[in-house]
Amino acid sequence: MEQQPAILVEDVHKRFGTVEALRGIDLVVPTGTVFGLLGPNGAGKTTAVRILTTILRPDRGRATILGLDVARDAERVRQTIGLAGQSAAVDENLTGRENLRLIGRLTHQPKEQILPRAAELLERFDLVDAADRPVKTYSGGMRRRLDLAAALVHRPAVLFLDEPTTGLDPRSRTDLWGVIEGLVAEGASVLLTTQYLEEADRLADRIAVVDHGLVIAEGTAAELKARLGDTIVHVDLVAPGEAEQVKSLLAELGPVEIGEDGKSIEVNVPDSGRSLLRAVRILDQAGIEPESVAVREPSLDDVFLSITGHKAEDDEVPTEPSKNMTKSDKEAS
Amino acid sequence: MTTITLDAPVAAGNTRNTVVADAISITWRNLRSMMRTPEVVVFSTIQPVIFVLMFRYVFGGAIKVPGVPYVDFLMPGVFVQTVVFGATNTAVGLAQDMQTGIIERFRSLPMARSAVLAGRTLADLVRNVFVVAIMFLIGFAVGFRVHTNVLCLFAAVGLVLLFALAFSWVFALIGLGVRNAEAAQAASFPLLAVLVFASSAFVPLGSMPGWLQVYSRHQPVSNTVEAVRALVLGGPTMRPVLIALAWMIGILAIFTTLAVDRYRRL
Repeated sequence: MEQQPAILVEDVHKRFGTVEALRGIDLVVPTGTVFGLLGPNGAGKTTAVRILTTILRPDRGRATILGLDVARDAERVRQTIGLAGQSAAVDENLTGRENLRLIGRLTHQPKEQILPRAAELLERFDLVDAADRPVKTYSGGMRRRLDLAAALVHRPAVLFLDEPTTGLDPRSRTDLWGVIEGLVAEGASVLLTTQYLEEADRLADRIAVVDHGLVIAEGTAAELKARLGDTIVHVDLVAPGEAEQVKSLLAELGPVEIGEDGKSIEVNVPDSGRSLLRAVRILDQAGIEPESVAVREPSLDDVFLSITGHKAEDDEVPTEPSKNMTKSDKEAS
Repeated sequence: MTTITLDAPVAAGNTRNTVVADAISITWRNLRSMMRTPEVVVFSTIQPVIFVLMFRYVFGGAIKVPGVPYVDFLMPGVFVQTVVFGATNTAVGLAQDMQTGIIERFRSLPMARSAVLAGRTLADLVRNVFVVAIMFLIGFAVGFRVHTNVLCLFAAVGLVLLFALAFSWVFALIGLGVRNAEAAQAASFPLLAVLVFASSAFVPLGSMPGWLQVYSRHQPVSNTVEAVRALVLGGPTMRPVLIALAWMIGILAIFTTLAVDRYRRL
């Protein structure tokens, strides 16, 4: 058992009518690690999770959880996995405790352990006070914590978190990240899908960027970011006339691009503070007074732009996946 | 702090025992959920009460039934009508569960595939026991009398409840085929109209045009109503009860198979 990866995906395809949701993805997630699937809406992340959690069958290819085939050994896979996030839910009319008790019964836990386990999880996820209130009275963050608790009732060896923080306010998101980090520290094997680079960065050991049903890049957060530059210096000019001049001036800081409006310029830089200062000095010496100069963290859009050459929300299908990182990493692992 | 994840899952085979246990767990969940939304129970009770009062006091005067007071003719029809209308709750409940995503969670759990549907239809059966009991009380209050005996009365109630269960499975299939509760509601209505109004539930078949009589005489709602009438009003019971039972067994056999198959392929 120990030699088997937590999750192994080989050339999995899935089509819905004319839409190819997955066009042949490969993934390896070693036990005890957190793997992030990063991509925009409609990239195929949820389809991948639904296949790995036995909800859907792949059209082609093979996927195993700790060596168990998700199609042929579905029943045993289900005993091994936990699912939380946007594709799973809890009953709004039941209390938190009742929901956990229901999952305990449906996963056939020994009767005498069901209520103690529910109590333990409620405590662990800070839901003791709300335990006996119907879930419809819960806040968004509380709901997600209960959802996560429900996925853990039967002590799954492999956990799937499908966009666990989508739709949460920033504070609840940070809280939930803390909870997930706690699970990870205990050695859970986790596959996490997200639209947020920051989330994948914070929680995942390795990240695969998914677009239009294909893995277009894979690596650690550091590797992906290294390709991108850590930070972006954003300059807004008063008028488009100076754009080309500013572009060549700032080229010494890192890769530069002129925005679609013709008067915003973005430079990928390795650090935020020093590069910002240098950009301001360069512009000042050239006698250019921009509208504004700012730094920002790279977003998913930037990752997409840099890897695919198109924005995340573009519907255009890339003809060929970017090879540079995907191949070498797969051989390495 | 105890660890939350563990590498050895507590295994349990999917035996006959787990099918029953899982169905009971889901039934428990649905009944709990139902009790927390009393409006569902209240409205599914108010609607048949209105039907009783409306047919008893508004239309009843205009409908002539040879041999028995109209209220005695009407009540068996209203019992069956109530449970068939009530079966739409099965479709709505399942459609809601698919909408919220709780069915996705159930499908990722090591539980019996048929338990979600069995648990839904069993919970609706329990609700029907409650609704039918109230209907009997209302019926007695507006003058309904049983002409036979207590044994026949219980047989009649049993027949109505079995019919309710059979139709829950029909509507379970509808619920799995649509994507939200409103669609489930809308998809159910034509079926209700064709089955309940074009039947002998409220009016004697003889009052319908000949072509409609042919259909109405040979459809499950009429046949069940006739069997219930025979049981509470007297007369030969064997033949109508057997015909009604044949419908129910046939409907159950076909629709449990279709619905479970549909659930597996969701």
